[in-house]
Amino acid sequence: MASEGLTGSRIRERRIIAGFKQADLARKIGISASYLNLIEHNRRRIGGKLLLDIAATLGVEASALTEGAEAALIASLRESAAGASIATNELDRAEEFAGRFPGWAEVLSAAHRRISGLERTVETLNDRMAHDPQVAASVHELLTTAAAIRSTASILAEDKTITEEWRDRFHANIDQDSRRLSDSSKALVGYLDATEHASDAQTGGSPQDELDAFLEAHDYSFPSLEDGSADVDTVLQDTPQLASVAAQHIARKTLERLQSDAKRVALVTLRDALGADPLDPISLARSFDVPVSLMLRRLAAMPDLQTGLVVCDRSGSFVFRKPVSGFAIPRFGAACPLWPLFDVFALPGQVARRRVQQVGRGSAEFDCFAVAEAAGQATYNSAPLVQATMLIVPVTTTFDTAQDALEVGSTCRVCARSKCPGRREPSILSEGF
Amino acid sequence: MGKRVLLVEDEPNIIEAITFLLSREGWHVDTHSDGATAVDKVRDLAPDLLMLDHMLPGKSGLDILTELRSDSDYAALPILMLTARGQMRDRAQAEEAGVSRFMTKPFSNTEVLNAVRDLTYT
Repeated sequence: MASEGLTGSRIRERRIIAGFKQADLARKIGISASYLNLIEHNRRRIGGKLLLDIAATLGVEASALTEGAEAALIASLRESAAGASIATNELDRAEEFAGRFPGWAEVLSAAHRRISGLERTVETLNDRMAHDPQVAASVHELLTTAAAIRSTASILAEDKTITEEWRDRFHANIDQDSRRLSDSSKALVGYLDATEHASDAQTGGSPQDELDAFLEAHDYSFPSLEDGSADVDTVLQDTPQLASVAAQHIARKTLERLQSDAKRVALVTLRDALGADPLDPISLARSFDVPVSLMLRRLAAMPDLQTGLVVCDRSGSFVFRKPVSGFAIPRFGAACPLWPLFDVFALPGQVARRRVQQVGRGSAEFDCFAVAEAAGQATYNSAPLVQATMLIVPVTTTFDTAQDALEVGSTCRVCARSKCPGRREPSILSEGF
Repeated sequence: MGKRVLLVEDEPNIIEAITFLLSREGWHVDTHSDGATAVDKVRDLAPDLLMLDHMLPGKSGLDILTELRSDSDYAALPILMLTARGQMRDRAQAEEAGVSRFMTKPFSNTEVLNAVRDLTYT
């Protein structure tokens, strides 16, 4: 442990003990609070006159701030104990603890540093979310416009004696405000989309997000793997979307499965087999002698069918998402529990075929074909890992059915379906929020 | 003349709707859109009720509220704050500063009328 690297931590500890606020100490020694903050978090080196000034202001010897590893360790233990409201007599034994159990003391100290770092990260992110001026201004604009429309519309609806002049004026106001509301909403969505993409580009998001970006960049289609003219390694070269090792690992597994699927069911052959008949994945799986889940994946890989696909494990976590226009698939799992995708876990092997419609997303209907099947090799006395696969087909391209469409949502938070038995949390679209 | 309300708000269509609503109920409604001069306007007009937007050009509704409450002449003036800032923190700050009622946008006309009646015992 480099003693110099922890001088900042010791300054922070001594400052807190002395009862100084960061801004107060900074003012006394003639530097900015933000610079002192950097020093305290060991992001700026410190020495010379500034160190002497700080030591003098805190009433300690400069050496107390620059002592070696043992002193730093003890300081860290004390800081960690201070947060845990430990008894004073125990606090006084920090030195003894560090001396007798240096290994454990180091573990405790490291854990404390890690927690502090994570807390700072959470604070920073929370602050960023709460204080994004663009979002705050846009939401303020939306709510203000909505207030004007609501108030004006109520007057028009409730007051039957209103004069023609006032009525015309209020109609004009509503027209003006509704246009404003429309423009503001679009602007906000545009900003959030841009922010999201910028954030993804900067941080890479989660490994699953990186995979999604990679697949989207290839339009979920890999002709060179389909026809065998390239291998997975070649496809994975020069893939800027896959920044993390974890994402590269997931992408490799995804592409290897696609390659394996393509060997068993070539898209060219599948296209011929489809013909003009209504889509029948069970029949197709039988004729190619493949599992239904594989057939669903192959159908989703056909660019001209324009279908969506979701695959999840038994925990409900998505391991593959291919979106389709009109059917929202949440980015972070926690999808609508009414989806046929989750029904099929009850009876692995049984193929569900269900017409669905997402609440609040127009009249578009989809036929969903779903099946749960064991993933991986069988082993003795061990329940198989099961994955569920659901193909989402826009209704015009598939079988005809007289059954009513099942109303489902995307995810509870943005679903307006009232009295839903599957609701986990209130929707931001309802009054319950 | 009925009781007097001063509406400090910078959104023209909200001003128009609330003015119509309260005038219909017999209130005399004065309006003002500039935060910087809002306190002077209150002193000039001595309203029976102040309806105050939170975000105003020149000075925030919260600052206006704080300034008025620091003057003993306005310690008891009913102040209804209308705001699109509905976070707990905003409400807590307004309550700490002495707001009489805090109402978040979008509000219903009934809510506004009920609040006005409650605050002025009309």
